[in-house]
Amino acid sequence: MAVAKFPDFAQPEVHDYNVERVRADFPILHQKVHGHPLVYLDNAATTQKPRQVIDAITHYYEHDNANIHRGVHTLSQRATDEYEHARRTAQEFLGAEDCREIIFVRSTTEAINLVAQTYGRQNLKPGDEVLITAMEHHSDIVPWQMICEEKQAKLRVAPINEAGELILEDFERLLTSKTKLVAIAHLSNALGTVNPVRRFVEMAHAKNIPVMVDGAQAVARLPVNVRELDCDFYAFSGHKIYGPTGIGVLYGKLALLEAMPPYQGGGDMISSVAFERTVYNKVPHKFEAGTPDISGPIGLKAALDYVTRLGIENIERHENELLEYATKRVSALPGIRLIGTAKNKAGVLSFVMEGVHPHDIGTILDQEGIAIRTGHHCAQPVMERYGIPATARASFGLYNTREEIDALVSGIKKVQEVFG
Amino acid sequence: MGGLRDLYQEVILEHSKVPRNYREIAGADHKAEGFNPLCGDRFTVYLHLDGETIRDISFQGSGCAISKASASMMTQTLKGKTRDEAEKLFGKFHDLVTGQGHPSESEMGKLAVFSGVSEFPARVKCATLAWHTLQAALEGQQDAVSTE
Ligand SMILES: Cc1ncc(COP(=O)(O)O)c(C=O)c1O
Repeated sequence: MAVAKFPDFAQPEVHDYNVERVRADFPILHQKVHGHPLVYLDNAATTQKPRQVIDAITHYYEHDNANIHRGVHTLSQRATDEYEHARRTAQEFLGAEDCREIIFVRSTTEAINLVAQTYGRQNLKPGDEVLITAMEHHSDIVPWQMICEEKQAKLRVAPINEAGELILEDFERLLTSKTKLVAIAHLSNALGTVNPVRRFVEMAHAKNIPVMVDGAQAVARLPVNVRELDCDFYAFSGHKIYGPTGIGVLYGKLALLEAMPPYQGGGDMISSVAFERTVYNKVPHKFEAGTPDISGPIGLKAALDYVTRLGIENIERHENELLEYATKRVSALPGIRLIGTAKNKAGVLSFVMEGVHPHDIGTILDQEGIAIRTGHHCAQPVMERYGIPATARASFGLYNTREEIDALVSGIKKVQEVFG
Repeated sequence: MGGLRDLYQEVILEHSKVPRNYREIAGADHKAEGFNPLCGDRFTVYLHLDGETIRDISFQGSGCAISKASASMMTQTLKGKTRDEAEKLFGKFHDLVTGQGHPSESEMGKLAVFSGVSEFPARVKCATLAWHTLQAALEGQQDAVSTE
């Protein structure tokens, strides 16, 4: 009897992610810096923009520019349609239930300030507490400090372990009857830690405490679904997800947004104005006073479409491979210490080198055409935690390659040569 | 590597590794703290003046190779100089690292090794941090100076 022969399945093609094709979409990448091909590894600071985003913004200004929500003429209608279409794209991208839950803001920073100044101002009383974590970006610290100071409330900080992971028991212990809000990063820009947001939300919700998530670093690197996370607010910036600067998104659960007072006053956020009394507009317009950045959401929509077309899971896998490879190669170099070694990490490789200040590393790498960030990454408390003034940070994007990591490694060796 | 070799000259690397006058002056009559928020460099400069003359000068803190070497060589150069001479030298040093004015080697002395900084505009703040801090100390400013 013939032996049954199993069909010779080729290894299933898990992803046909073609990084060279992706790179062709990014005009800025094709240049030399100090005589070397640009190696852009500063994606946690900001990402580069694909042709599709640049074209969408240009097209808007060349064909459709007009003010929104206030004209009967054709251009105004077109501009309004595009602006609102972008809101629906952002809604779908985040998995929000209702497009009224999407508020366009300037950035993550503005989104957090908005929540602090509206929800915070309305709900915090003397003695109350806001709980943040030791790995927050300054923009997820200072707005809370400001409102806490004003309301005589207290800012509490959940600690992290040596690897850069939040300590669950400590976090839970800090959730008390005084806690009125929790704010946590989904992905730390300084350490690369991915926080188990779903679990934190569960713990907080068990005590009826709402949670705001700073998604600035996460949206471009991980699938995000606000309904699955069940978070109450979620913020991100367009420029960190291949979109333009000057535009960001605040997601908030509808009931919360409706109960919140407006943030800024002005046009568009009202439904009627008299000197005696003004009636505010409905959400989301209540939070979008004045003429907004109209090209911003249009560019952002193009960026979200771009990421969706590539597939966030594919991007995640690609970047994880890069991070794994970079971690292996960089940590094998002498005198290197990685800062942030959480089990669940994404996109960010922070390190220090014995005897060499990160700033000097940055200058020498720049001479090789390699762009990394050096400094405290707007997370001074994190630096303090590790007893260092700064780190060097390489952060990856969907267009980076293994060859670029090899260039980084050679660059670091050059640093070691210079400093002998 | 030409530019890099100009920036990281042997003398600079050596001073950054073994900074001179790296200590506190107990009972310093002038002292100031300088901070570069961009990269986290932070130095304290201590002075002991005798009338108009700098009798002793020292520094402490942390920073990159350029800022540390600059602080170290500044303290070496200024010992025994008057306030006025120190101010003037800072002006020339500033010209040197920003590539303006091209002060002569004889004016700059050992500090001439910092001329390479002018090719690296992002590093001018590093090279001048200690000097700004010195200025604040001489002027008796209370607040930490910042290069921002
Ligand atoms: C984790 C995190 N939160 C917030 C921000 C602030 O973003 P933006 O400056 O776009 O408001 C950043 C940007 O670096 C970040 O990395």
